[in-house]
Amino acid sequence: MTIQTAPILSQSDRAALRLRHAAILRVAWPARARMLAGLAIFTALYVYGLISFGLTPALLITGLWRMWDIAGLMLPPNPGSAARALIYLGALGQTLAIAFFGTLLGAALALPMGFLAARNIVANRILHVLSRRSLDVVRSIDTLIWALIWIDVVGLGPFAGALAIASSDFAALGKLFSETIETADRRPSEGILAAGGSRLHAIRFGIVPQILPVFASQLLFFFESNTRSATIIGIVGAGGIGLYLSEQIRVLEWKQVSFLIVMILIAVALIDRVSRSLRGVIMGGRVERRK
Amino acid sequence: MIHGIAIPPDHQLAPHLLAYRQAGAAKRRQLLLGAIALLLALAASVIGAEVNPAVWWGKIGNFSSYFDRLAHLDSGAIVLSDPRAWFWGFRRWSRLLGDTILIAYVGTATGVAGAFIGCFLTSENLIRSTLVRIAVRRLLEFARSVPDIVFAMLFVIAFGLGALPGAFALAIHTTGALGKLFAEIVESIDMRPVEGIAASGGTWFAQVRFGVLPQVISGFASYSLLRFEINVRGAAVIGFVGAGGIGQELIVAIRNFYYADVSAILVMLIVCVMLIDFVSEKIRHRLLSFGAER
Repeated sequence: MTIQTAPILSQSDRAALRLRHAAILRVAWPARARMLAGLAIFTALYVYGLISFGLTPALLITGLWRMWDIAGLMLPPNPGSAARALIYLGALGQTLAIAFFGTLLGAALALPMGFLAARNIVANRILHVLSRRSLDVVRSIDTLIWALIWIDVVGLGPFAGALAIASSDFAALGKLFSETIETADRRPSEGILAAGGSRLHAIRFGIVPQILPVFASQLLFFFESNTRSATIIGIVGAGGIGLYLSEQIRVLEWKQVSFLIVMILIAVALIDRVSRSLRGVIMGGRVERRK
Repeated sequence: MIHGIAIPPDHQLAPHLLAYRQAGAAKRRQLLLGAIALLLALAASVIGAEVNPAVWWGKIGNFSSYFDRLAHLDSGAIVLSDPRAWFWGFRRWSRLLGDTILIAYVGTATGVAGAFIGCFLTSENLIRSTLVRIAVRRLLEFARSVPDIVFAMLFVIAFGLGALPGAFALAIHTTGALGKLFAEIVESIDMRPVEGIAASGGTWFAQVRFGVLPQVISGFASYSLLRFEINVRGAAVIGFVGAGGIGQELIVAIRNFYYADVSAILVMLIVCVMLIDFVSEKIRHRLLSFGAER
């Protein structure tokens, strides 16, 4: 077997090639100029941002140096005493409880809202737009802001945190639910209506079986992300492990801080794993039923 | 003409009915078990989160009255009756809101750059070395698992109060979150262009630049915009821990019960967030259709 090497093109061959395929090889200057201009604007804004934030090389170096110091002080993670570790574990449990209860409450409230905001269930255009917009407004308020509002209502503590998570979930899940309902296959409910079923029958037997597994998997997904939110909600005083985290950062107890962060990381990873496998089971069941 | 449905005789029907009932009973049993597990978890969470319906019921008046207070100026007039007094700090708040958006922008841009480098290094189809891949992947995982506000609290101590630690915190979190999404896009590309460039002698960079990039760039841009939307919301609350932007002003107003200020700031924030969402959604749809055409 002989090995064929690619012939190296001569200068004149290249020129000929370029001539023959001029249309392909031509540089599209207007497009390129537009792109470069866009890039320049983006970069200029970026540099302006950094300068207006007061970034100087000296600040960057001292900041990074201090960060390096802090990272060194964090090792090894250490709760201080077994009693404190136990307190932290309790707070972590509270965090999970906040996330779970908040998600469930939010979902329970979002379910009717989802049907109300779905175009194929409620045909009234005004009602549909109104419910969508109000969900958008509630959704633009962050969980931490909701926590501050609920603290004013029910006082400091995990209950306020759970209500905050329920509030922001209510909006996000309501929107997701309504979108899921809108994409549901219409044929089963049409069949039920044709066979003499009532409108409620059509929803119960035609739409609910289609959307229930999707809802469940969305719910699990939200539980995961809410576990993350619930870890920080304590920063404003709404219960959970965040309270201890911000406290320990404030008093510069770095070993305890890193212990708390490690605890959060492990808990979040565990919840992720459990929820992923549960989601697999639920969605797997759905695929099977579809066959 | 109507055909009657032929119903089989009882002895043929019986086994089917039995199987049907058994399947139904098994499903019901499963449902019951699931419901019991759910209820137990709910009970545990009710205790854990110190849920107290009595408190809620007793204080729910506070909730509606809270919004009532939000709707009134200090003088007792309804806010809409005097928009000038309501938005007395409009210029200051606009500047802070601008700062917030700028924090989100700088954070997102830095994070996108980090994720852009990271994603190619974690993709199985581009990097042979398992060590590099796993190391970068763990790093990204860490960056996205720690909440951005925790990074912000640490950076505020290292860099001092201000917008800079907020932008850095968002940047790190964005690197982690986008790095994963970007890597998923890169791992699902068509490898033929890359192989073609490798076969004609292109370097690794040439392969990535001409083989990978054209396939992934619209997906990257779409995810980055989505992240920008999320980061605007994040930047609004990152000020709670002293990391700049409108959040600092908001938490002061909430803590000091300046209700009219709270509602004014919230209105500005909500309008701003919804506007950004709207524009970015439009752009993302265009990007997606652009990606589909190719």
